[in-house]
Amino acid sequence: MDQSSIEKLPKGWKSIPNDLGSDQTAFKGVQWGKAMMWIFLLSDTFIFSCFLISYMKGRASTVVEWPNPSEVFALDFMGVPVPLLLIAIMTFVLITSSGTMALAVKYGYEKNKKMCGWFILLTAIGGLTFVGMQAFEWSKLIHEGVRPWENPFGAPQFGSFFFMITGFHGTHVSIGVIFLFIFARKVFKGDFDTGKRGYFTTMKSDYVAIEILGLYWHFVDLVWVFIFAFFYLW
Amino acid sequence: MSDNIDTNKEKKTSTHKIGIYLWIWGLLFVLSFFSYMVDWYQFQGLLRWTLILIFMFLKAGLIMAFFMHLFWERYALVNVLLWPMTAIACFVGLMVAEGKYTVFTRFIYFVLGE
Repeated sequence: MDQSSIEKLPKGWKSIPNDLGSDQTAFKGVQWGKAMMWIFLLSDTFIFSCFLISYMKGRASTVVEWPNPSEVFALDFMGVPVPLLLIAIMTFVLITSSGTMALAVKYGYEKNKKMCGWFILLTAIGGLTFVGMQAFEWSKLIHEGVRPWENPFGAPQFGSFFFMITGFHGTHVSIGVIFLFIFARKVFKGDFDTGKRGYFTTMKSDYVAIEILGLYWHFVDLVWVFIFAFFYLW
Repeated sequence: MSDNIDTNKEKKTSTHKIGIYLWIWGLLFVLSFFSYMVDWYQFQGLLRWTLILIFMFLKAGLIMAFFMHLFWERYALVNVLLWPMTAIACFVGLMVAEGKYTVFTRFIYFVLGE
């Protein structure tokens, strides 16, 4: 459907029955891959929500005192313990990589191959930095005796929720980094300019793929916003 | 939907201005800094929880609306994505009640019982 006929369709609330009840393609003008990525992210939202809700329930129902996150996650800087220092840096690194991804999407749509590729690479490096710092945090806590079944700071459930939630998020970041590198290579090769067919699908490559990859990456950042608020700050 | 980007990719410049992304980027930094300050100054109780939630929802909203382009997206898609969140809110409500009941019984039987 081209742009001019989409503009003639109803807008606002009236567009919803029009789009969804029209016995044709739903979500007019939205590329199918993008719609599918959104549906996947919706299901992923439910998975992360289940983790965070079980964490809330576990923390709310224990009679043993919950470990104080600003002490557990403090980092010594020149001999002074700074609360949540590493977590704050990780947050800023992830937001930075989200910003570079947004610019990569923008340059992708402008068919600016060089800038798009470099910004995807920057994003990947941001993601790698994040995963590296998370590995450091994990090993530090494991050295201090945090296990999924016990820890020296308080309620034993703390460890299992920590490893499960941050581990699942870190897995998402790692998968994202792998795809960022693959797509950076594809951009630099010029696959999106020539419309070369990819090996995951037989569809022609198109810069809309960069936006779909961007959706995933921003979602990873979005989940971290919630983990940062509920696990580290609460 | 005049600036719906993926449908007019034939045009040379079809994207949003770079300024909007840089603005949102900057706002996200500022908001993250504020939420870190909540811990830095050790606000406690209701004030802490309120500030954490405000900064969290502001950041999430900015990321979804502008970085993930939902602000410019087709209304049908936005609604299909956002209404299921009410189910999560209901689940949270149920588990708050359940958590209170569990900790109540644990106090009665484990702590007072000993």
